[in-house]
Amino acid sequence: MNLILEPIVKILIVLFINLTLVSYLVLIERKVSAYIQNRIGPNRVGPWGLLQSVADVVKLFFKEDIVPKDANKFIHSLAPVISVVVAFSTFAVIPFGNKITLYGNEYNLVIADVNVGVLVILALTSLGVYGITLSGWSSNNKYSLLGGLRSSAQMISYELSMGISLIGILLMTQSMRLTQIVAEQGGYIFGFIPNWNIFLQPIGFIIFLVSTFAETNRLPFDLPEAEEELVGGYHTEYSGMKFGLFFLAEYASMITASAFIVTLFLGGWQAPFIEYFNFSPFVISLLQLSAFAIKVLFVLLFFILIRWTIPRFRYDQLMNIGWKVMLPLSLLNLIVTAFLILINIL
Amino acid sequence: MTFEEIVFWSLVLVSGFAALMVVISRSPIASALYLILNFFCLAGLYLTLNAQFIAVVHIIVYAGAIMVLFLFVIMLLNLQDETKLRERMNWKSFAAIALSILFLIELFYIFIIKTPTPKIPIHPSSKEIGTVEYLGKILFTEFLFPFELTSILLIAAIIGAVVLAKKKFELTD
Amino acid sequence: MIPTFQDYLNVAPIIIVSATALLEIVFQIIFKGFKKYVNIFSILGLLISIYFAIINFDKVSMSFSNMVFSGKYASFFEILFCIIGILTILQSSTIQKYYSINKIEYNVLILISIVGMMVMSAGADLISIFIGLEIMSICFYVLAGFARNQIIANEASLKYFLLGAFATGFLLYGIALIYGTVGTTNIIKIAQHYPIALSLDLHLLGLILLLIGLAFKVALVPFHMWQPDVYEGAITNVSGLMASGGKTAAFASFLLIFSIPLAAGNNNLIEIVSVLAALSMIVGNIFGLVQQNIKRMLAYSSIAHTGYILVGIIATNNFGNHGALFYLVVYSITSVGAFGVASILENEFGKNLNINDYSGLSQKNKFLAFAMSVFMFSLIGIPPFAGFVGKYYLFAAAIQRDLTWLVILGVLTSIVSLYYYLRLIVYMYFRDPENQNNIIVTNDFKIAISFSTIVVILFGIYPSSLFSVIRYIFNIY
Repeated sequence: MNLILEPIVKILIVLFINLTLVSYLVLIERKVSAYIQNRIGPNRVGPWGLLQSVADVVKLFFKEDIVPKDANKFIHSLAPVISVVVAFSTFAVIPFGNKITLYGNEYNLVIADVNVGVLVILALTSLGVYGITLSGWSSNNKYSLLGGLRSSAQMISYELSMGISLIGILLMTQSMRLTQIVAEQGGYIFGFIPNWNIFLQPIGFIIFLVSTFAETNRLPFDLPEAEEELVGGYHTEYSGMKFGLFFLAEYASMITASAFIVTLFLGGWQAPFIEYFNFSPFVISLLQLSAFAIKVLFVLLFFILIRWTIPRFRYDQLMNIGWKVMLPLSLLNLIVTAFLILINIL
Repeated sequence: MTFEEIVFWSLVLVSGFAALMVVISRSPIASALYLILNFFCLAGLYLTLNAQFIAVVHIIVYAGAIMVLFLFVIMLLNLQDETKLRERMNWKSFAAIALSILFLIELFYIFIIKTPTPKIPIHPSSKEIGTVEYLGKILFTEFLFPFELTSILLIAAIIGAVVLAKKKFELTD
Repeated sequence: MIPTFQDYLNVAPIIIVSATALLEIVFQIIFKGFKKYVNIFSILGLLISIYFAIINFDKVSMSFSNMVFSGKYASFFEILFCIIGILTILQSSTIQKYYSINKIEYNVLILISIVGMMVMSAGADLISIFIGLEIMSICFYVLAGFARNQIIANEASLKYFLLGAFATGFLLYGIALIYGTVGTTNIIKIAQHYPIALSLDLHLLGLILLLIGLAFKVALVPFHMWQPDVYEGAITNVSGLMASGGKTAAFASFLLIFSIPLAAGNNNLIEIVSVLAALSMIVGNIFGLVQQNIKRMLAYSSIAHTGYILVGIIATNNFGNHGALFYLVVYSITSVGAFGVASILENEFGKNLNINDYSGLSQKNKFLAFAMSVFMFSLIGIPPFAGFVGKYYLFAAAIQRDLTWLVILGVLTSIVSLYYYLRLIVYMYFRDPENQNNIIVTNDFKIAISFSTIVVILFGIYPSSLFSVIRYIFNIY
């Protein structure tokens, strides 16, 4: 029974935390943007506007759900569901902690420890494009369609460099298992720098980061929903909770992307220098969990800061960067890494 | 039925249904979506064979990349009136259907009646065979030659695509 | 097994041709004037490849974990394909002037298709053979549509691609079933399971599906529908390459895969293949009668000739195998030449291909008329040309194997074919010219056509020169 119950409990907890985080991420984003633009941001619902997200969700639920007359109804409703499912299910393979002992039982803090975890995440993110493309097509609106097409082109272009930039890490770790990748990032370089992949694969990290921005359709790569050109992009024709689902998916995929970055490059749940103190195993587990959470929050904040400080690329610039800069650079990174491994430096 | 058998048969049924719907459904978008469903079932079947790597790569390549391009093309073609796609039934289609059914019966006869398939137990080493490490190892030793040839195949395909799709005709000097 | 240097040396011909193709792409970017020298460069690459094939000729071995053969059989075909490639490139230099062709890409695709052919004829594993076949086919799909501004070229390319992809499905399914029944894709290991494996219906089904896939590539009736359209729509020299190299490569792998199960005497298989051969001979020759377009006529003649070659292969005795190989060589050189002559008369894409345009050719250009008549005589099988010797061997082999009905059919259809081959010769020699198109024959072209003509005559008069080589190589395993 434990075999079935344990994952379900884990899934529920992760889902709950993610959903809460999403709603507060919206709030954080609005607050940060307000401070950047010298405003105050939401402050009416609850103290410091803390209940703003709840109010938003309630509003979305009561909004009228409008489906365009000539839209393909089934696909129109299916598209946001695909987006959300893909965004949340990615978290299944991400290890958010090492091990925790509760009531004498040891639990792995990962929902599914798959031996091709990295690929699973890549597969799921590549599926995210369907939600957007289908929503764009089924709305029967040229702005939506353009947004959908742009997003698929963008995602396919950046997926390549994203995948190749990862291979450097896979070469060093000799495994695609995410828990293994995190475990390898323990220890120190020269005795004081944490052995995180960001220090060993700086170019890979930058390529991966940029590609992630493109994959999550965040500024400066948010052309699929460029308001000035495409009204609302692929979700122009969505309203009510279906629109809410897209919103949810966008932020959820941001969280999973951050968690993925943390897992691959920032040491996952590894909390450096923790072994110099005499903590009990349980406290160490908790510290590692919070180390993971803090890192994820840090990356999320970075996402938000970038959004409000960098202008959007033009479409041809986006394609140029993807194919002519990122892809060759990631290939170069791969070759250099392979060479360094060959001569036993890495 | 064991758990494995339940998984296997449900995947088989869904994939068969999806494959049929790819052919039957009139809207090309629906066909494409059913094909994706079919790919997922196939990936599931690979998982039952302990081939996780192939399963995931199958999804990345087929569902994640190729089918997206398919959808792209269908959307850009924008076939408004899908009813026009309906084909008239003539003697050719009847003959085709008859021959297909005959072929199906033949296959059924060969596979099920004449060749009773013995239950093959899963080989103990099959767990290793599906792993990335094993695949990588044999791709670069035993299957190096076909592997390298595939790269030539791909380069031929790329050159071909560029030649056929290039906008301007280049006149010879 | 980690590949050694010897492994690479064994497949040196394949590597060199691939490298030539890849270098051409790179040089195109680096050197500005490379376009002028690309033909020379390709030919040079092919010549070096021939050199290495000759070096490897004597020692038979399998390389890369039993994936590919080298020496004798493989080298023989490697040399043949290189020669076909050189002839095609030499002949193309004329037509490249007439219509817009991306010269470098054209050369690259031809070279890569030759790589595919080499792998097909050298493959010791169904996987290598399959990939070789795909390499060749993909190049052909593109080459068929190379004259992009021509609607028939587009039609040809698309038709070939769709049907070819479908045929590939059969091929793969067949390979899967064969692997499923014997647990290996290595040809030699499969052969060890014979004749027990042949009693398995699934294995037989796999073989038949494989047969369908290959039959499509060699255009056996009823899988021939694409061929006339494709040959008509493709650039004429490309059609020549398809008719010679493509067919020979498919037959080379056909021999590798099927000679043992056919020899094992499975009646079902023999019956199926004989019916295919018979149909090809009948349909090819009878449809050839009514063709006015020279390329379509050659396409149907090519279908008929696949039938003849198959007769020899069914016989599975020494006579048959040697005859089939001899005929493959002769037929490919002949068809390269015949398509070459057609290409030189075709000033503009798709023009001057009617049989009327050949009237009075002997008055306009004696050399071309003579060469074309030699090719036609050889295709009919009239002594002293090489086609006669080949046909004699094929039919003799079939009689030895008690396949008299196929022989009778073959002789009868050959007689039928006399009409359309001779008609062309009559037009060339006994009619007055209808138009005054001037024919420009470049030196490259002259070399190529003279070579083909000489080969056809030489092997007709002195066939034992080629036969001694064939007898020497025909020891595959």
